[in-house]
Amino acid sequence: MTPAPSTDRTSEGGGVAPTPAKDRTKAASPRSLRDTLNDTSIYLPVTARVAEMRPLTKLETVFTVELPQGLTLDHDPGQFVEVSVLGVGEAPISISSSPSRSNGTFELCVRKAGEVTSALHALRPGDSLGVRGPFGHGFPFQQFYGKDILFAPGGLGLAPLRSLINQVLDERRNFGRVMLLYGAKHPSELLFTDEVEAWRARDDMEVHVSVDRPDEAWTGNVGVITTLFPKVQVHPRNTVAVTVGPPVMYRFVLIELLAKGIPEGNIWLSLERRMKCGVGKCGHCQMNHVFACQDGPAFSYDRIKPLEEAL
Amino acid sequence: MTMRILEKRSVPAWIEALQTTRRIVGPKPSNGHAAFGEITTAAELALDYGTTILPPKKALLPTEEELFRFDHGRPQAPSDAIATVLLGVHTCDLHAIRLLDRVYEMGVRDQAYARRREATLLVGLECLRPCSEHVFCKSMGTLTPPDGIDLHLTDLGESYAVEVGTDEGAALLNGVDGVRDAGDADLKRLDRVMSEKWARFPYPLEFDISQLPSLLTMGHTSDLWNELAERCLSCGSCTVVCPTCSCFDVRDDIDLSLSRGARTRIWDSCQLASFAVVAGGHNFRKARAARVRHRFLRKGKFQVEAFGLAGCVGCGRCAQACIAKITPIDTYNGLFHRQQETVRPEVTA
Repeated sequence: MTPAPSTDRTSEGGGVAPTPAKDRTKAASPRSLRDTLNDTSIYLPVTARVAEMRPLTKLETVFTVELPQGLTLDHDPGQFVEVSVLGVGEAPISISSSPSRSNGTFELCVRKAGEVTSALHALRPGDSLGVRGPFGHGFPFQQFYGKDILFAPGGLGLAPLRSLINQVLDERRNFGRVMLLYGAKHPSELLFTDEVEAWRARDDMEVHVSVDRPDEAWTGNVGVITTLFPKVQVHPRNTVAVTVGPPVMYRFVLIELLAKGIPEGNIWLSLERRMKCGVGKCGHCQMNHVFACQDGPAFSYDRIKPLEEAL
Repeated sequence: MTMRILEKRSVPAWIEALQTTRRIVGPKPSNGHAAFGEITTAAELALDYGTTILPPKKALLPTEEELFRFDHGRPQAPSDAIATVLLGVHTCDLHAIRLLDRVYEMGVRDQAYARRREATLLVGLECLRPCSEHVFCKSMGTLTPPDGIDLHLTDLGESYAVEVGTDEGAALLNGVDGVRDAGDADLKRLDRVMSEKWARFPYPLEFDISQLPSLLTMGHTSDLWNELAERCLSCGSCTVVCPTCSCFDVRDDIDLSLSRGARTRIWDSCQLASFAVVAGGHNFRKARAARVRHRFLRKGKFQVEAFGLAGCVGCGRCAQACIAKITPIDTYNGLFHRQQETVRPEVTA
């Protein structure tokens, strides 16, 4: 059984420290939300407040969530939380904000897809929701220091990846080139468009966006995400690729990434499962002997390649 | 280890004494079978039972279990577990509980399970005869109890030999008339009962059980899974009756006032088609063969590797429950036979 993931992070590489240094010996230091799992029940959510709701598309809304005084999320990019609407249920949602910008709140980008997410969309700022976590292992971005980073999110995959992208940009000097290849079905489904444009305007980030079905106003690339891959040349041994998207997308994006010569161990992805517990008990996310909720949801490709139930 | 003797005529008085401080859950007659349930009078207790359809697991992991209640959007701390004696648990099921302890308490501790487990004392019961044609407890090494069971009973005819495994167990016998330390004659009698027992049980697996994980690894791509899938109905009966299955779903219920309710975990089954479906409809274990295989691999390989204990204790309940007559004995032996055929060296003339 995998031990509980550590949320401690050491700052190395001489860059901007991603989070304030943590010193658990100080009595006044805030407690991490994860520690509350040990209090009475791992299933008991902490009641948090919806500080802000920002609709991005017809289906996706960004929730800014504020934890009670004295609690911090202390997450890694790529981790997820279990979000509750009491009386409706609980759903695993990836954290969309970066640890570098936590400021006592965090963001969740939620697609209205099922009962719980529909109930979340029916909330209003000031309402309560339940939170447990953060769970699992995110992207070990400190291992990526000194490397070129190629981000390849598809659709809602930008939501979890945004956490990592902003973390990388907030300690930009620790990384080489930063590239983003972002695909969506339709221009109306593009997420975080203002932010993507701000990234495009930076001179230290290469941004390519594509849609499968353009509308009349669309002037960018047309085609599935794989049509963007010829636009970037990479030094494969010095590149880490991070891709998040639906299962069908992984199959084709992996072909492109491997064709570029990027080693399997340098390709990272995040696996979606219907985790009920987040701690390896409920069995729903088990892929062969691996639990996505504990061992992942972020995995390097070489780790999950032998697992036929992974992709 | 202390061995004590409990006279059978003293059992009713013992049960009454236990009831003053604890709830008792044990085997009792139910529709021509035995079923674990709350024992309210000593007369209900059926310690001579064969097997039960549902394992005693349900006393520790109820089919439906409230994780917490909520009121006006506020979750409330869960209530304490009821002090319980789980009595008359056969050795296979004791091994199953030992595995559940690891599943729920290793890694991140599941307090919902742990609270109930800590409030529960186990009184085991030695099986002296195979309880069905499907048992392979002897092959799985679960014919005798694991260490540390609070009390463990062996039927000696007029009395029970009671092995005392813990201090809490010893205390359960305090002040009960008809309980005494075992003497030489008792121990000899116990030896004889156990020796006779050994010969009565079959040894149905044709290979050494320590080979099971590697057999399953090698049999990962075997056609056997497709053949079983053609018979399997994906009804989930095998997982419902399994003493080690522990996967669950979670459901919220809310009362008519829309303000109060509870979050409940309910038994779930990896054999059901919807088990590994995610939002958007993708099913990561869509093929029935993959689901059938997952059950056997989880029990015979993954849990062995993760917890050092097999997830199958050889109780035979799944075989008894399966309408399609899929049995672990046939499955494991089938894999073994195919492996033998695969590796048989070519005979040259």
